[in-house]
Amino acid sequence: MTHTIAQDRFPAAGQASVAAIPKPYWNPYAVGFLLGLVLLATYVVTGRGLGATGGYSAVAAQFAGLFSPEHAAANAVHAKYWNDGAPLASWTLFLLAGAFIGALASGLQGQRVCWSIEKGPQASAERRLALAFAGGFIAAYGAKIAKGCTSGQALTGGSILNVGSLVFMVAVFAAAYGLAWFVRKEWL
Amino acid sequence: MTTMLPLASSIEFSTVVNLALALALGLGFGFCLERAGFGSARKLTAVFYLYDMAVVKVMFTAIVTAMIGLFALSATGFLDLGELYLEPTNLAAQALGGVVFGAGFIVGGYCPGTSIAAIATGRKDAMVFALGMLVGVYAYAELTPGIEGWIKATAQGAMTLPSVTGVPMGWFVLAFVAFLAFAAWGMNRLETRFASLRPAS
Repeated sequence: MTHTIAQDRFPAAGQASVAAIPKPYWNPYAVGFLLGLVLLATYVVTGRGLGATGGYSAVAAQFAGLFSPEHAAANAVHAKYWNDGAPLASWTLFLLAGAFIGALASGLQGQRVCWSIEKGPQASAERRLALAFAGGFIAAYGAKIAKGCTSGQALTGGSILNVGSLVFMVAVFAAAYGLAWFVRKEWL
Repeated sequence: MTTMLPLASSIEFSTVVNLALALALGLGFGFCLERAGFGSARKLTAVFYLYDMAVVKVMFTAIVTAMIGLFALSATGFLDLGELYLEPTNLAAQALGGVVFGAGFIVGGYCPGTSIAAIATGRKDAMVFALGMLVGVYAYAELTPGIEGWIKATAQGAMTLPSVTGVPMGWFVLAFVAFLAFAAWGMNRLETRFASLRPAS
């Protein structure tokens, strides 16, 4: 490790009010092992793996239902999350709620919680936020087409050697490495 | 020894228990993501500039750990792999969706799960990313619901490497462990080689 902890933790210097020195992240292999155990436990208990995008889809179905419950129940995509009018009682959404609390607890313990905008030193905050919105929109579309994201396809499907999941993982990294040069000013 | 795992195959969880389980497992999920540094978009995207390979290290180790666990539990008769849900493979959809998703990842800086860890630790850009995602899944449902039918109609069905190749799962587990060891060595070299790309501030 040649870099300092502070660089790693608060890249957007000047926007973050640093109250305490953040503790370093854990060794990636150690966290990976722990994350693998969480994934294994999820499989062993529920018979399914982790997921994340489904939680967003459940919220979208809830919004659609506010305007028209009939439409939400009939739409080919919303219908899968409609859950007889209770889309928010979604397994994946509760998983995300738990993840929020778990991440907050970890962040507080490590003194890493603070208001900030993650970006490279060359990018403006406005540009970064616009790209964050665009990226979120694009990632959502990709996850819907691929029937899963980094959690539902890559981690969950990868660990059981699902062919489609492995293809997804290769495609994700290929596209991101291919585009990295074009958006380098957002990050470097 | 009778197989009894996954638990859900022999026990019918009530909705409340099911959601409580989701919340509990989510705690561990979010804790790991934040501990790994995945609440930071710069830490996540660093993998694409090769100066910090933590994303691959964590993901790969998690996948291999779970894979070894599933294999060991099934080989000893505690777990029935056939009872686990397998997302049907659709090579075209997963390749296309993966490319689109990868683009969203490098542009937006997060993926769906890590955006939650980032929001929890105060990243405003993650909140905007999450809003973009919400609009994205809504737009997908409203504007292009036809894609859903195409995916279903063209899917190849449940496919795993062992089922497709006929090679037993244990060999793949061994291969993945070996590859992880090799990749760990290679990633260390990459991080040294591209250390100068790490932003100064």
